[in-house]
Amino acid sequence: MSMLSPVRSAAVPRLLALGRAEMLLLGRNRTALLTSVAFPAIALAMLATSGMFSPDDAAASAQLMAGTIGMTLLFVVYTTLVAAYVGRREGLVLKRLRVGELHDGEILLGTALPALAITVVQILILAGVGLVFLDVVPPKNPVLLLAGLVLGMVITGALAACSSAFTSTVETAQVTVLPFILLSVGGAGMFVPLSELPDPVAEICAFLPFTPVMETVRSGWAGTGEGGTQEAVRQVGMSAVWAVVSVWGARRWFRWEPRR
Amino acid sequence: METTSKGPGGDGPWAITADGVRRTYSSGEGGGFEAVRGVGLRVGRGEMFALLGTNGAGKTSLVELLEGLARPSAGTIKVLGHDPYAERTVVRPRIGVLLQSGGFPGDLTVAETARTWAGATTGARPPGEVLELLGLGGRLDVRVKQLSGGEARRLDLAIALLGRPEVLFLDEPTTGMDPEGRRDTWRLVKQLQEEGTTVLLTTHYLEEAEALADRLAIIHEGRAIASGTPAEVIADHPSRIRFSLADGPVDLPHLGAGTRAKWTGRLCTVRTAHLQPALYALLSWAEERGAELEGLDARAASLEEVFLGLSESTTDDVAMEVAS
Repeated sequence: MSMLSPVRSAAVPRLLALGRAEMLLLGRNRTALLTSVAFPAIALAMLATSGMFSPDDAAASAQLMAGTIGMTLLFVVYTTLVAAYVGRREGLVLKRLRVGELHDGEILLGTALPALAITVVQILILAGVGLVFLDVVPPKNPVLLLAGLVLGMVITGALAACSSAFTSTVETAQVTVLPFILLSVGGAGMFVPLSELPDPVAEICAFLPFTPVMETVRSGWAGTGEGGTQEAVRQVGMSAVWAVVSVWGARRWFRWEPRR
Repeated sequence: METTSKGPGGDGPWAITADGVRRTYSSGEGGGFEAVRGVGLRVGRGEMFALLGTNGAGKTSLVELLEGLARPSAGTIKVLGHDPYAERTVVRPRIGVLLQSGGFPGDLTVAETARTWAGATTGARPPGEVLELLGLGGRLDVRVKQLSGGEARRLDLAIALLGRPEVLFLDEPTTGMDPEGRRDTWRLVKQLQEEGTTVLLTTHYLEEAEALADRLAIIHEGRAIASGTPAEVIADHPSRIRFSLADGPVDLPHLGAGTRAKWTGRLCTVRTAHLQPALYALLSWAEERGAELEGLDARAASLEEVFLGLSESTTDDVAMEVAS
């Protein structure tokens, strides 16, 4: 037995150790790899070639980038994390991690690190592609954009943890992710601005979890438009509320072990 | 009470204490299942303690509480003087845990798994060193999903030992191992104990409990129905005589004080604290009656007998008890 007390392990090295392992696993998971690498680029391509985009137009640029960022968050963060959390849970990996020194939050975050890192890299790459090749107008309010992005990552990550609680196997994850994805694609203003939806629908959609994030991202890119700063603050506030709610839901519902 | 402890901070003589521990799994339909029903135990520092029981007896449910994976529904638990669930940050760096099964992603290699865990463990030994110790030095680049059952179990154990734990929890450590692997593991665990590690293991293998444990407790249906050193446990429990009669159950004569007989069809099982007189009485009676005792089998008390007897006593059989 050593005479000296060993140095207590610290959070960041623990997180990185787990994150590194998860990155290796992502690399060996063909489906997740394909989704993470291909989808965002496909989204950008589809949006750019749809009739709606015109170069050098601030509003159109914002729509294009919001849609791309939204797709990236939905498919690289949300979808892959639901499958990852379910897979780790069913494989008893989460349970094993929980008897170690990692805190619960560190386990969830560490598992999500590769997805989050890839998301950031993808968005940077695609923004670069947009700026250089598609004559996308540069973002007017990078701080707002960043806020939207961070809140978007928190919400999609936490909702992935929630969804995993209601998913029994990795296979059924393909089904359980659909509601949130369809809802967000249809109603969050990713492809069609909310202003162009009929009024009652638009009002409801404004309260969906993903909509405030998309609005924040769009405002960050195009600059605060008609509503001005006040509207932007309101959207950020709603995003923050959704972030808190989704994290609360994750803590409440997340299952660490398969059902007996 | 013993005086000093080996660890820092004077946690007392006990490495693990449990009192009145209960664990209920709640199910959605409103009926909870109580897996652990008021268990108490004490494990001293440097001791090897075994929880012996059949599958489903509640050993894993209990040991998970001791490891701090969940909070007990009732009762208190202390590991090295602290609550293993509420004070995880204090306790975890000092314990090592081997779960009943798995918990390592199949697509990582042995080396990658060990390196990941070393990065997340206080005072970790070099991963290569621990893997060598468990005989996995030649399998470093093999993916976990391709390991044999015994190799996977050895990896589990290697990871549990990474942090040089003071207390080691082993849930069914030799499941899936061949006899040689089992003996190697026993040797390793004994060596760890000699170096001062406290070990609490669960097993359904009698030989394992007998070979390793300083003290043990037999767990059945969520309760500790016997505990103490193997000798103490055996001393408290009866020997057994078994035979079959072609004519089926008959009234047996008085076979001695504290004797119980139970019939299952034509098979009779007699439990007695005094084997020799009871056997003599039985044989005399059989001789007188000209009865043939088919498959006559008499066994002095052993851990196996205690284990089987205690497990039997709560099952439903056609019973004809002859008490005295």
